[in-house]
Amino acid sequence: MTNLSIDYSLILAGILFVLGLIGVLARRNIVFMLLSVEIMLNAAGIAFVAAGARWHQPDGQVMVLFLLTMAAVEVSVGLALVLRMHQQLSTLDADAASNMRG
Amino acid sequence: MDIIFILAALVAVGSTVMVITRLNAIHALLYLITSLLAVAVIFYVLGAPFIAALEVIIYAGAIMVLFVFVVMMLNLGPHAEQDERRLFQPGMLIGPGILALILLALTFYALVLPRATVGTGMIPPQEVGIALYGPYMIGVELSSFLLLAGLVGGYHLARRIPGLTRVQR
Repeated sequence: MTNLSIDYSLILAGILFVLGLIGVLARRNIVFMLLSVEIMLNAAGIAFVAAGARWHQPDGQVMVLFLLTMAAVEVSVGLALVLRMHQQLSTLDADAASNMRG
Repeated sequence: MDIIFILAALVAVGSTVMVITRLNAIHALLYLITSLLAVAVIFYVLGAPFIAALEVIIYAGAIMVLFVFVVMMLNLGPHAEQDERRLFQPGMLIGPGILALILLALTFYALVLPRATVGTGMIPPQEVGIALYGPYMIGVELSSFLLLAGLVGGYHLARRIPGLTRVQR
């Protein structure tokens, strides 16, 4: 395995994170917003693994394991909220849920 | 290894761009699965074979299947794409895009300063496991709390309410 500059991995993580950020900011469909959050979590995982490989420590990979757990929980609760919203408001438009009435 | 990394990175970025610009949720999901598989390749190149396998099994497998299930359950019908076209005009990408690209440029500027290389070998799953059940034991236990909270929360939020009145739109 050749030496790979850590810059490449961090640049890739930065690009993916920013793409996810643009997705969260620009999309109004709540399913796409959740997908964009997943992209951002994944980008953070790349940064963790790259940092772990840089210092040759397993800690980066341990953090990605916790990140996976957190992503799974976040998706299950988030999708439950999506189902509830679709049931109650008949739309996936995030702006439709802006009035704090039950 | 360099060429593999660059190809996988290009695939990941390209498919991620497709994810955030699709109108059909299923198309976006399929592109996101491609992106996750490319990221798994990158994890392997970075010397993390265990995480690469977990990325394919948990992310591309379990989590994306959950998304597909929910999109199917929502049963959006033929009007979904027209609705989405109303909700998402490409012009909406401009403002957030410029601001986010400024942040990305700042990140790149910070990366210009240090020079470091990624280590020369794989970190075997044994080391990850030893670290996970050694100094990070409390994190594992907290993860189980988090999963339980997610289970209860998901069940509570997604249950059908019998006499629910829909908001008329």
